[in-house]
Amino acid sequence: MTTTQFTLFVKQACPTCALIEPVVQQLQQQYPGQVQVFVQDDPAFPSVAEQRIDDTSLASSFQNQIEVVPTLIRHNGAGDEMSRTYGWDQQAWIELTEIANLGSDLPAFKPGCGSMTLDPGMEEQLLLRFGKANLSAREIATADAEDEMEACYERGWTDGLPVVPPTPLRVLKMLRASRLDAQHVIGYIPPDNNPCTVEKVAINAVMAGCKPDYFTAVLASVRAALQDKFCMHGLLCTTYFSAPVMIVSGPACRAIGMNSGINALGQGNRANATIGRALQLLIRNIGGGIPGGIDRATMGNPGKYTYCFAEDETDSDWPTLAMDRGYSREESVISLFAGEGLQPIMDQLSRTPESLAKSMASSLRSVAHVKRFGMADAILLVCPEHRKLLREAGWEKKQLKQAIFDELMIPGAKLLEGVDGMAEGMPERLKDKQLNKFRDDGLHIVTTGGTAGKFSAIISGWVASGERGSQLVSELIQ
Amino acid sequence: MSGILLLDPTAEVNPAERQLLPRLKSLAGATVGLLDISKPRGKEFLDEVEQQLTDQGAAVKRYNKPTFTRIAPLELNQKISTECDAVIEALAD
Repeated sequence: MTTTQFTLFVKQACPTCALIEPVVQQLQQQYPGQVQVFVQDDPAFPSVAEQRIDDTSLASSFQNQIEVVPTLIRHNGAGDEMSRTYGWDQQAWIELTEIANLGSDLPAFKPGCGSMTLDPGMEEQLLLRFGKANLSAREIATADAEDEMEACYERGWTDGLPVVPPTPLRVLKMLRASRLDAQHVIGYIPPDNNPCTVEKVAINAVMAGCKPDYFTAVLASVRAALQDKFCMHGLLCTTYFSAPVMIVSGPACRAIGMNSGINALGQGNRANATIGRALQLLIRNIGGGIPGGIDRATMGNPGKYTYCFAEDETDSDWPTLAMDRGYSREESVISLFAGEGLQPIMDQLSRTPESLAKSMASSLRSVAHVKRFGMADAILLVCPEHRKLLREAGWEKKQLKQAIFDELMIPGAKLLEGVDGMAEGMPERLKDKQLNKFRDDGLHIVTTGGTAGKFSAIISGWVASGERGSQLVSELIQ
Repeated sequence: MSGILLLDPTAEVNPAERQLLPRLKSLAGATVGLLDISKPRGKEFLDEVEQQLTDQGAAVKRYNKPTFTRIAPLELNQKISTECDAVIEALAD
């Protein structure tokens, strides 16, 4: 007496499953009592099946890792799987069943359909239902009558705006957008230096409103923030305005739909808005960086909710910020800068690069204070119209930067404390030096924004820029 | 409305509560560390503090943090804790 068993997984909505009904009959005749048919959608299908098992819960389909229906599995007497085939492939079915004339009236081949376990969103639900999700964060059950949005507020998890409630399903979908293990520790988040797993990043990304597509960018932003050069601890604690400003470039920007055009630094784009917000929520919730607690900013700035935008890359001869830092145009990169605010440079009359550079330099002198030099870095946002003027005159970034540096090389004696009736300024010991407004690596040039408007801008940096504080950092998005 | 499950976005840590060391009863004969965190004019501020401590009979040791933007190196913390009975950390601008 043979002990072979067959299990067949089908769904009524699959034409191939309907096609093979005669095959099921043949199989049952050859192996009476040894054929079980699991059906994913209609428990009455297929009518010819003698042992039909309702798998509308998809439990057996999930446990058997069914990807296609029909799938036929042959087991030995001990119940171990010996082999399987899927779709209708007559030759493969004949080899599996050892029935020489199996399905001889049918076409030799017809592909199957996707298993319902792989329907959009279903896989994550099944992983959760069967405890295979590898989540370890504490689960908090809200009360029946509790509003989950308010529950997030009451627990102190938000930045003041509503957050998306971090349900296990949403978090799992986020996690599956990365190849990293959920429990991998990505780093220690200041100011409390608490360990942060990929799962915790995912929870905060969900709350920020991120789509799973954005998760690799969020992870890259966290890695960047944790670089020692960025000095996230000091940045969070400072009384100054600054916070992380994120600049993104490369193919990932287009892939996830970031805005580098009209209103690039403004509202209205989900990726721009939520990627920047995720890091801020993480610093709050994992790092313990709470305003009024260890975040002692005198005023702060609205960019502390989120400050993230993409670079305009429509001019292939104008390098991105990432390329200035040694990356290639094909690489997707997120850079973090400790900065704040936006100071416009309106110049509608310049028709030469020399004039425009003077305008920009004069405005840049106001970063932190007009008489404070070498203190704060800055990002110069060159609008597309201004870039066009520069490019048509044959100027590249390095010429613009040099012209600005030349313009902002000032004798120390003119910047000293007390000069021009202002107590603020540079110390007396620098009176005989020529001082530059910016460190050699302290001025970054980036293009973003819409094509109309001769409006460039300045993002001022933290007054603790450079090695003693924060430097611009970059990470690959991968 | 029925309740839902949320995952905790916080670090889920309970920091250890530490007892303060016994306060000094007198400054006379005590060694007090003064930590300059490298803020502008921190030195001038601490010079004044040092003078007042010395007047009250304390011995003073001076220390410097490399930059105010980062936490003090562990070695510096350990050095101060082994060499001093008390420490004053200065902020200035």
